[in-house]
Amino acid sequence: MRKISIVSQVGFVLLYIACVSMATILAGCSKEVEVTTCDGTGRAMVAKNATGQALADGLMDQWKRDHPDRDWVTGEKERHELKPPADNSALLEGGQAQGHTYGQHDKRDLLVWARETEKFALEGSRIFHSSELLGSTVAVSCDMCHPHAANTHPETYPKFQTQLGRVVLLRDMINWCIEQPVRGKRLEPDDPAMRALEAYIMAQRSGTVMNYGKH
Amino acid sequence: MKKLKSIETRYMEDRSRFFHDLKNLDRRSFLKVSAAAMGAAVASGVIPSGSFQSVSVAQGNAASGGSAAFRFAYISDSHLYEKKINDRFVRSLLRAVEDVNNLDPQPDFVFYGGDLAQLGQPRELELGAQILKNVKAPMKMMVGEHDWYFDLGQKWRQMFGEPTYSWDHKGIHMVTLNSVVERDFWTARGLTPMQRMMTVAGLDNGVQSPFSVGEEQRQWLRKDLAAYADETPLIVFSHSPLYKLYKKWNFWTDDADEVQAILKRFKQVVVIHGHTHQLLTNRIGNIHFHGMLSTAWPWPYAPEGMPELTIEMNRPDPFNPNDGCGDGQVHVHADGLVDKVYNLWNRGPITVSKAYTASWGRQSVPPMPNRASY
Repeated sequence: MRKISIVSQVGFVLLYIACVSMATILAGCSKEVEVTTCDGTGRAMVAKNATGQALADGLMDQWKRDHPDRDWVTGEKERHELKPPADNSALLEGGQAQGHTYGQHDKRDLLVWARETEKFALEGSRIFHSSELLGSTVAVSCDMCHPHAANTHPETYPKFQTQLGRVVLLRDMINWCIEQPVRGKRLEPDDPAMRALEAYIMAQRSGTVMNYGKH
Repeated sequence: MKKLKSIETRYMEDRSRFFHDLKNLDRRSFLKVSAAAMGAAVASGVIPSGSFQSVSVAQGNAASGGSAAFRFAYISDSHLYEKKINDRFVRSLLRAVEDVNNLDPQPDFVFYGGDLAQLGQPRELELGAQILKNVKAPMKMMVGEHDWYFDLGQKWRQMFGEPTYSWDHKGIHMVTLNSVVERDFWTARGLTPMQRMMTVAGLDNGVQSPFSVGEEQRQWLRKDLAAYADETPLIVFSHSPLYKLYKKWNFWTDDADEVQAILKRFKQVVVIHGHTHQLLTNRIGNIHFHGMLSTAWPWPYAPEGMPELTIEMNRPDPFNPNDGCGDGQVHVHADGLVDKVYNLWNRGPITVSKAYTASWGRQSVPPMPNRASY
């Protein structure tokens, strides 16, 4: 009997604490507001009287924790040097008619183009340097023979690849490497990974004269 | 009817057969296994059978004439993964071991030029040591960055001893350095040992720091050399070239100038280095530099800053996984200068002779390539 009464007393205490907590929450509800991040992935309840900055900081911290790879572009660029895309600043120097595609752009536009193009090539760099992303079964990645995409000479394609007995494009040679030394599965020509790899390899040969058919 | 098998099937069959044999490898069965591996490679068309010829490395005197005081062989940059992950690099190291064991007469010793492992894993180093145990001549080991940056040399030291040492051999003073000392880039970034290793393992990874010998070893070197007269011929081994060639790929030693200053008073110094996986020749004053070939893969040449004395090897053919790879020998003359033999597996051996570097490239010019490298 005595034992049971102790258990029930403990149960009562626990129930009491839970009720008090509930009450606190209910009371707080009127003073709090739910805030979500603009991409809809972050959500937080904050006091209505919190300052905007504190609110934003809190949400940002949470979003950063949830997205450890958020800054992959900066990271990839730091790890693997990429040649910068062409300088288009001349477009800002007037002389073009209104309505022309390249007639009405400002600095910000140029920045967006450069960033987006660079990001495309950097995605290729990420794949180029990762045996996992390449799907290698023997832990081999492109950079093991082609640091900074050296010796890939994309400017020489199309050319008659003597070892294959036919005319090939850069993507055919990428697939040859993926199947042979890398021992992975070939990519479709429009596979995002193939497009990114082509972008990276060509970006790294920026400034080289096109010279198709060269051996 | 003959059953047709895909390339993948044949490859996997070869691979499992090869590892079945490798499992209980000892010196006696070694030749049998490596011959089988070679046979399988030839059968599958990976190696043209003609390349067996190059196993008999150029014998006798090299282009410079005169007899060498002695000869040693080298194997370098095998970049082994665990055997269950990748057997190609394992086969290549076996082939190199077979090459040096077939030398007749045997070399005085076989020098290993570093990067035995790919990711510094204990199992990779153990596999390498297991294979190198079959070398008949005495082995001398040097460390490379791929051996070091997983556990900062703990396993390597345990297996092979201190990475910095010297010895005398037939009147030549020999020094082995650890030239791949990097500044701590990992602590501030909070990298795990594996992340640190992966960073260093990427040749074009810009997060790592440049290689150096470091003040501690330079002190050691000064002390070690103090007892030797300026006339003593010196051979120094370093994994990275002991000069500044191309920083972005660490074809570079950051304190090369300081190290060269220590070596300056000696009449003849030869530096033999790994890391660059290619024919590479340089001379700075009294110091003659020679690169070593890799057994795993060839690197492209640096896009800028190539030493004038280097005659670049032909662009390797990717369709032959052994092209541009190999091992070699060093014929050491009594005066301490060397003929450096590059035993390219898919091509004839190329000798960069003592006369070539001594004459600043005017005499005994090695064969020029007939293809430009990109």
